[in-house]
Amino acid sequence: MRTVNSFIGQPIERLEDFRLVRGHGQYVDDLARKDMLYAAILRSAVGHGRICSINIARAQKFAGVHCVITAADLGHPTPRVPMRLQPMPEFEAFGQPVMARDKVRYVGEALAMVLADSAAIAEDALGAIDIDIEPLPAVSNYYIAAKNETLLFEDKGGNVAMKFRAALGDAAAAFKDAPYSRRESFSTQRHTALTMEPRGLLCEWDAPRGKLTVSGAAKVLFFNRRIIAKQLGLAEDAIDMVECDVGGSFGARGEFYPEDFLIPFAARYCGRPVKWIEDRREHLMTMNHAREAACDVEIACERDGTIRGLRGHAFVDVGAYMRTNGAVGARNIAQFMSGPYRIPNIDIDVSLLLTNKTPVGTYRGPGRFETDFFRERLFDMVAHDLGIDQVEFRRRNLVREAEMPYTVATITPFESKDELDSGEYQVTLDRCLAEIGWAEKAKLKGKLVGGRYQGLAICCFIEGGAAGPKESARLVLESDGTLTVYVGSSGVGQGLETAFAQIAADAMEMPMDRINNVFHGSTAYVSDGYGSYHSRSIVMGGSAVLDAATKLRQTMCAEAARRFNCGAAEVVLADGRVLGPDSKSVSWAELASEPISVEGAFLNKKHTWAYGAHAAHVSVDPKTGHVQLIDYVVVENCGRIINPLTLKGQLVGAVVQGLGGAFLEHLAYDDNGQLLTGSLADYLVPTASDFPKIRGVVMESHPSPINPLGAKGAGEGGIISVGGVMANAVADALSSLGVEPRDLPLSPSHVWQLVQDARHHGRSAAPRIDSAGHAK
Amino acid sequence: MPVQFEVNGKPVAVEVEPRLTLADCLRHHLRLTGTHVGCEHGVCGACTVLVDGAAVRSCLILAVQAEGAKVITIEGLSLKDGLTPLQASFRKHHALQCGFCTPGMITTAHALLSEEPDCNADRVREVLSGNLCRCTGYISIIEAVLDARAAYKHDGKGA
Repeated sequence: MRTVNSFIGQPIERLEDFRLVRGHGQYVDDLARKDMLYAAILRSAVGHGRICSINIARAQKFAGVHCVITAADLGHPTPRVPMRLQPMPEFEAFGQPVMARDKVRYVGEALAMVLADSAAIAEDALGAIDIDIEPLPAVSNYYIAAKNETLLFEDKGGNVAMKFRAALGDAAAAFKDAPYSRRESFSTQRHTALTMEPRGLLCEWDAPRGKLTVSGAAKVLFFNRRIIAKQLGLAEDAIDMVECDVGGSFGARGEFYPEDFLIPFAARYCGRPVKWIEDRREHLMTMNHAREAACDVEIACERDGTIRGLRGHAFVDVGAYMRTNGAVGARNIAQFMSGPYRIPNIDIDVSLLLTNKTPVGTYRGPGRFETDFFRERLFDMVAHDLGIDQVEFRRRNLVREAEMPYTVATITPFESKDELDSGEYQVTLDRCLAEIGWAEKAKLKGKLVGGRYQGLAICCFIEGGAAGPKESARLVLESDGTLTVYVGSSGVGQGLETAFAQIAADAMEMPMDRINNVFHGSTAYVSDGYGSYHSRSIVMGGSAVLDAATKLRQTMCAEAARRFNCGAAEVVLADGRVLGPDSKSVSWAELASEPISVEGAFLNKKHTWAYGAHAAHVSVDPKTGHVQLIDYVVVENCGRIINPLTLKGQLVGAVVQGLGGAFLEHLAYDDNGQLLTGSLADYLVPTASDFPKIRGVVMESHPSPINPLGAKGAGEGGIISVGGVMANAVADALSSLGVEPRDLPLSPSHVWQLVQDARHHGRSAAPRIDSAGHAK
Repeated sequence: MPVQFEVNGKPVAVEVEPRLTLADCLRHHLRLTGTHVGCEHGVCGACTVLVDGAAVRSCLILAVQAEGAKVITIEGLSLKDGLTPLQASFRKHHALQCGFCTPGMITTAHALLSEEPDCNADRVREVLSGNLCRCTGYISIIEAVLDARAAYKHDGKGA
């Protein structure tokens, strides 16, 4: 019996789970080395200030302290965190020095590092470092940033790091004589990925061999190795980046942070292994923040609801520096404000504003969560104005299958063009309506039941995936006839090992239990790897595994043909053996007397576009502002499903993470740039009892035309619509009061205030900003 | 100062600083790294272990406070080979992704099911609401725990 294509598409239980459920996972803090030093980092308690002095004398004398490092020890100029994505020259001046020397620009910025015999001693010694910082006025939000009175970078003359523009068609013409238009402003609050495992590194310097090992690397190991090599003056192959089990990334973990220079530097400087594990407070003030954005947008439509155009301005608070991927969210806000809809004329600019807060980076669905909230909120207002059903308005404007590939707005200055690849967006919308029982529940819209108003909403989304340019994989046929898989993709908890084992087993027509391991993430495994971001691993890594499998089969056939003394075309792989003419056959183990190793790759410049819809049913208590989520359905079509069990897990998990952003999570700052939410008692995330009913529905059709698997990157689609659908459901529930949420999060106090304002003033009040970023 | 207690059925004697948490003692002195530390302020629940049968946050008690106690960690709830019914249920329901919160979820759920093998979904949600997970959205964790109840109904040692 041949095992053709039997694993892909099956809900295979994960290979990773055997170690993880038994406590046998190995995360970076689980590692220990003989003679290891522990690093602790002194962080600025001041949001904006000039460093007058840092005196380390007392700390150096602490028993158990090996040394104290400040920026003065790091050479001139201080190394900076480089841009990984959109590395435009304009951003260079705003790169973050790995340690502050003259000025601090956010609470949490590194000032000094203690290396000691224990983590406790290192932390104790931080208290003995005497610092004198002269406070400067803080730029605590984008309204102040836009005034350009206080500057983060004095020599730059302004706090705008950059401006992007998304353009398509002729927006000015579309708005001229438009039968209907509406202008609105919206905002989303600063929050973060909050991985359950804090960041950490263990670095070892082998002086005789000149070799550095960095354990605890994640996400983009090959890129980070290039940076460390350059900054420490080492050859790339003198550095091994080693991935441990990773307790979540969601885009944030694994980017190059200041510590990714500091800890390797310390290991070489001290000549001993150095371990650093951040605590939760450090995590909240140093790991990339995200999502703080506002917009002032205008839409033009025909009377029948057909959208003519969209134009306006958006603002992103990027924090104090431009980190590795700090421009991605802003780019996506502008480019994907149109989402899955046909909006032929677009002109949206987005300003990246510097403030005295933690720098931003990508967080699952970067820019998309924000921009989908803006758009979908606006759509419900427009549908109401025009007297069109909110579902019908969306259906009318969704891009149709016949229009694929569909070109979206181009981003300048880097001329980033993109096109939606394939799909039938109306089908996922209909499936979502059916799953939530829209027709039946629609009767409840706006009704007061038991003191709570009922609300219903639906939103459509697209999810980009499969960032290029390349991914690598290596398959090794071992001499016992088993197969080992190596990939350049990185594991961040998403279940790569299982998915790649499924793909490899199908491609090799072999049982999964003969795959002895899937190794990922470490620089020693493949010649060139790119890692895991932008929902790329299945498409890029999976297609690279396919390529390697094709090459391995060819190599095996050629070797068998040589032994059988026949042509390679006369040889076939079947039933775990290689069969030749005249009943000749050889087992895989016999064939691989020496292991056979073959490397494959997948190159790609295009993106995949998974798509779907979210629907929610809520009830709102007007007396308290509490929103109860009664039912939630997300439907996503990702072309071809590799593992429905893990795909559903991605969907539902992302929804709940998004509900945190919609209702709970807020990195609040005061006027001095002081972070007010430095613990998990202040920064609230969803718990098991908050949102008990979430359903994920996965679909496959319209395989992606850009990769041999037909798969589309998934994993972010579950978060993209959550802010929009929840705000629309709250507006729907409170429609009799005229409440229109324009800002997230929908905390009880915020919703309660909207109800009060609507009752007293006839409409909900919200802070507004104009096109220059000033409050109106 | 010296402290003696029992971990996973074996007596241990360690010399610790009075300020050392039980979590750090288990992880770094006894090298039982299955217990994870996520917040060090008692909110996330990743460090949950059983102390004399009760689910306890090991970051909130000191190692010296465990003097004479019976401590069970995720390693002590695991078999040499294979999975317990509770662990198998977590795998079957895809109740974990990155796995960092999982040992705390399993120790907490084990304590609950050992005491209340007939608990309902609301009760499971209530008890597990003290353990944060950022990957799964909890739905599959609740399903996994409910599905494992049967294993606890006879001898109370289903984990």
